[in-house]
Amino acid sequence: MESWRQQPLVFWIFILPGGLWLLLFFMAPLALVWLFSFGERAGVIGIEITGTLANYWEALEPLYLGLFWKSLWIAAIATLATLIVSFPVALAVSFASRQMKPILLLLVILPFWTNLLIRTYAMIAVLRTNGYINYGLEGVWNGVSAATATVGLGALPAFQPLTLLYNNTAVIIGIVYIYLPFMVLPLYATLERLDRSFLEASLDLGAGQWRTFFNVVVPLAKAGIISGIILVFIPALGTFLISDLLGGPDSQLIGNVIERQFKAANNWPLGAAMSFLLMYVTFAVLALRSMFMNRDV
Amino acid sequence: MSDRPGPLDYSRKLWLRLWLLAVFVFLYAPIVILVLFSFNDSKRNIVWRGFTLDYYVKAWHNAPLIEAFVNTLVIALIATAISTVIGALVALALWRFRFPVKPLFEGAMALPIVIPEICMGVALMAFFARIGWPTQMPWPLSLASITVGHVAFCFPFVAIVVRARMVGFDRSLEEASKDLGASEWQTFRYITLPYMQPGLIAGGLLAMTLSLDDFVITFFTSGPETLTFPVKVYSMVRFGATPEVNAASTLLIVITIVLTVIAMLLQRPDKELQA
Amino acid sequence: MSNGGRPMVQIEQVSKRFGNVAAVDDVSLNIAANEFFALLGPSGCGKTTLLRMLAGFEQPTGGRILIDGEDMATVPPNRRPVNMVFQSYAVFPHMTVADNVAYGLKVVGVPAGEIGPRVEQALAMVRLEGFGGRRPDQLSGGQRQRVALARALIKRPKVLLLDEPLSALDRKLREEMQLELVRLQQAVGITFVIVTHDQEEALSMADRIAVMDKGKMLQVAPPQELYEAPNCQMVADFIGKMNLVSGRVTGAEGTRLTIETSGLGTFELDRGYVPKGEVGIAIRPEKIQLLRDKPNGELIAWPGKIAQLAYFGDSSNIYVELESGLRIACTRANQSRQDSVAFKVGDPCWVAWQPGDYLLLDS
Repeated sequence: MESWRQQPLVFWIFILPGGLWLLLFFMAPLALVWLFSFGERAGVIGIEITGTLANYWEALEPLYLGLFWKSLWIAAIATLATLIVSFPVALAVSFASRQMKPILLLLVILPFWTNLLIRTYAMIAVLRTNGYINYGLEGVWNGVSAATATVGLGALPAFQPLTLLYNNTAVIIGIVYIYLPFMVLPLYATLERLDRSFLEASLDLGAGQWRTFFNVVVPLAKAGIISGIILVFIPALGTFLISDLLGGPDSQLIGNVIERQFKAANNWPLGAAMSFLLMYVTFAVLALRSMFMNRDV
Repeated sequence: MSDRPGPLDYSRKLWLRLWLLAVFVFLYAPIVILVLFSFNDSKRNIVWRGFTLDYYVKAWHNAPLIEAFVNTLVIALIATAISTVIGALVALALWRFRFPVKPLFEGAMALPIVIPEICMGVALMAFFARIGWPTQMPWPLSLASITVGHVAFCFPFVAIVVRARMVGFDRSLEEASKDLGASEWQTFRYITLPYMQPGLIAGGLLAMTLSLDDFVITFFTSGPETLTFPVKVYSMVRFGATPEVNAASTLLIVITIVLTVIAMLLQRPDKELQA
Repeated sequence: MSNGGRPMVQIEQVSKRFGNVAAVDDVSLNIAANEFFALLGPSGCGKTTLLRMLAGFEQPTGGRILIDGEDMATVPPNRRPVNMVFQSYAVFPHMTVADNVAYGLKVVGVPAGEIGPRVEQALAMVRLEGFGGRRPDQLSGGQRQRVALARALIKRPKVLLLDEPLSALDRKLREEMQLELVRLQQAVGITFVIVTHDQEEALSMADRIAVMDKGKMLQVAPPQELYEAPNCQMVADFIGKMNLVSGRVTGAEGTRLTIETSGLGTFELDRGYVPKGEVGIAIRPEKIQLLRDKPNGELIAWPGKIAQLAYFGDSSNIYVELESGLRIACTRANQSRQDSVAFKVGDPCWVAWQPGDYLLLDS
C-alpha cells in the first residue's frame, strides 16, 4: 500500500465521487435529521432548531419507551427463530456435494431477488383468515368431521379459522421469512471454512453428534452466528413494512411510529429524535458484537 | 453391504433433508402461490377457477401501474451504473492508498449498510424536502431523488465486493506492466481492470438486486408525485389484495430473474478465459 | 491387554467405493496387539481411507472390520475403542490445552476429580508439563501435535490411529518425533497404526509395513524384508532407490533361469521360483561398487563412464553410463574427505556387484 501523496491525482479521482456522494446524500441528510431532533415545529412545514431536548424526553415517555422495548423483544425472538431455522440449512448446504452446493445456495438467495414488498404481500395471502393455511386446515377439519360423522360419533363443530394474520406472531413469521438468507449465508460461510477434522476429532474422542454440535461446531462458528444475528436483528429492529402489513393494532413497532411522525402525524422533530435513538441502539448492538468478537479469539 | 452414510454425511441425513425441504417450501410457497394465482380466474383469489390472463391485461391497461413499473426499472439501471463506477473507484482507493483519515472514512462507508433503513429513509426524505423535490423536472430527472438514495446505499456494497476481489491481486503484475513500458492508465486498462471484472459484475449485480428489492428508501424518497412500483403496489395492497397486484408482482419477479440471468451470462466468457 | 493371541485389528476383504472409483479394493489385513503398524503408499493410494474406516468416519462398501474381535459395522466413531491423531492435529482452537486433553474424558462422563490428575499425567507423558493453561495458538506445530497425542492417549484406546502425523513438521523435528513416537508406543503398549507417504518414517518406526497402491495391498512385511525382498516392482521402486531393468526369461532348468536383459546382458539366476514372461531385475544403488579398474573374482562388473554426480554431504549419488547406454545409479558413502572428489564427470570406471544382490521381480 502506498501513501496517497505518491499519486495525489489518482487518489482524488478514486476517492472523490464516492466520498462526495456519501457526504452530500448520506451524511448531510443524517446531520439534518440530527439537527431536527433538537428543533420545534413552526407552522405547517417549518422547523426551527432551538436546541430543545423536548423531543428526546417525549420519545422516552412510557408509551414510546414501551414500543422500543417491544420492538427489541420482537426483533430478538424473530432473530432467535431465524437462527434456529437457518442453522440446519447452513449445515446441510455446507456438507452438500460439490454439485449440489451452488444449487442449494442459489435456492436460498433466490427469494431475496424478489422485492421486499412483494414477499411481504405474498405472506398475507398465506396467513390471512381466508388464506391458504386456513384453507388447508379447513379441508383437513372437514375431512375429519366427515369421518367422525360416518362412524357415528357426530360431526365436529364448524371450522373456526385460525387468526394467523394481524398479530405479533405474523410479524415474527414475516421477519423470519424475509431475513432468512441473511442468516444462512454468514453461517454457511463459517461452516464451509470449518475444518472437518475438528468434528471428527470430537466424535473420535467419544462425544456424540449433539455434544459435538454444542461443544465444537457452535463455538467455532461463533463469528458466523454473531454476523447472522446482527444482519437479521438490526433490520428487524427497524422494520416498519412487515409490522405494517402483517401486524395488528398492537403490533406497532418503533419503525411504524417513526414513519407516522414523518408522514401522517407530521411531527418531524419527534420522528428525528426517535430515529436517532434507534441508531444509538444499533450502535450499541454493534459495539456489543465487537466485544464478543474480540473476547477469547 | 449397503452404502451407509458416514457420521458427517449430514447432507444424507433424513431429518436434515426434511428440514431443508420444509424451509424451501416456506421460502417458495408464498411466491409460487402468488405467481400461480395471478393466472386464476377468480376475484376471491384462493380457489383455482381456471387459467386466465385477464389480470395481466388489466395491469397493462392500468397506466399508473405501468408508469410505476418503468420508473422502478429505470431507477434500478441508473443506480446500478452509478453505484458500480463510484463503488469500484472507492474500492481501489481503499485498496491502494494509505491516507490520514482512512479508518474514519471506512467507518462512514459502512454506515449506510449498518444503520436501519428507516433512519436513512427519513433522513433522505427530510433532505429532499429541504432542498426541493425534483418532481418539476423532466423525466427521468424527476426520479433523481430515489436514484440518489439508492446509489447512497448500494455503492458501499459494491465497494466491499470489489475490494474483496482486489485483495487477491498481485501488485507485482502492475509493476511488471510498468517495467515493460506501460503508462499508469495503460496498466489500469490492461492489467488491473480485467482482474477487477468479476468483482465489478458481482458488485453491479448486487447493486441492482438491492435497488429492485428496496421498498423503504423508495417509499421515503418518492416525493409527493413520483410513482414507483413498490409505492404503487403498497397503496393497492392497503386497499386490499387483488389479482392485478399478483400479475404486476409476477412481472417484476420475472424481470429481476431475467436481468440477473443476463448478468450471469455476461460473467461466463470471463470464466472461460481464466480456465 | 491380553486377548489370547487374537489380532487386535482384523480387516476382512474391505472395499470402499466412491462412485465408480475404488479407493480401497478388497483389502485383508491383520494387525497384532501392541504392534506398531504402518500403512505406506503414495497419496491417493487409499491408506487414509482405510484408516478413516478404522476410526469410523467412512463406512466400507464391502467387507468388515473387527477391532479386538468385535465387528465395527454398526459402531459409530464415538463408541469405537480407537482414537486418532489427525494430520492437521485438530486441536480445538477455542479450548485450552488442558481442556483439549480433558475433552474425551468429559464427554463420556468421567468424574471431574479423576480428570485433573489424568490430564496432568497425559501431558507429562508427552512432555508438556505446565502447558495446560495455554491456548493452541500459543503453541508450535510440534507442541500441538503432542497435545493431539495426549488427547488421544488419555482415552486409553485399544488402537491409536495416526494420520500422517509428522508431515507438517520440519525435518529435524520430524526425526525427533519419530523416536518419541516409538518410545511412547513402547511405554503405553497400545497398538499404533500410522499412515504415511514417507518411506523412511515407516522403515524407522514400524514393526510391520503394508504398502498400498491404487487401493490394493501390495505387500505386508517387516521393514528389512520390504527393503531387501520387495515382491513387486512397485514396492521396489517406492521403498528406497532402485536400479530397475526389464528382462525376459529365455530358459529354465528347474528354478534356474536364464534371463536376457536390456543393458545388462544375459545371465543365470536362481530365486527358487519360475516367474512368467517379462520380469524386472533390480539392484539397490548402495549395493553397487564403483571402481577404477576391473575387479577380479565373483563380482559381476560392467565398464562405463561417469555421467553425473549429485553430492549430498554424507553420501553421493553417482550415475554411470554403461557402454550399452544403460544408466546405473550408485550410492557411495563419503567416508573420507577425498571421496567426494575421487570421480569426475567423464571418468572411465567400472560398476560391480555380488550376484546375490540381484532382485528378481514380477512385472
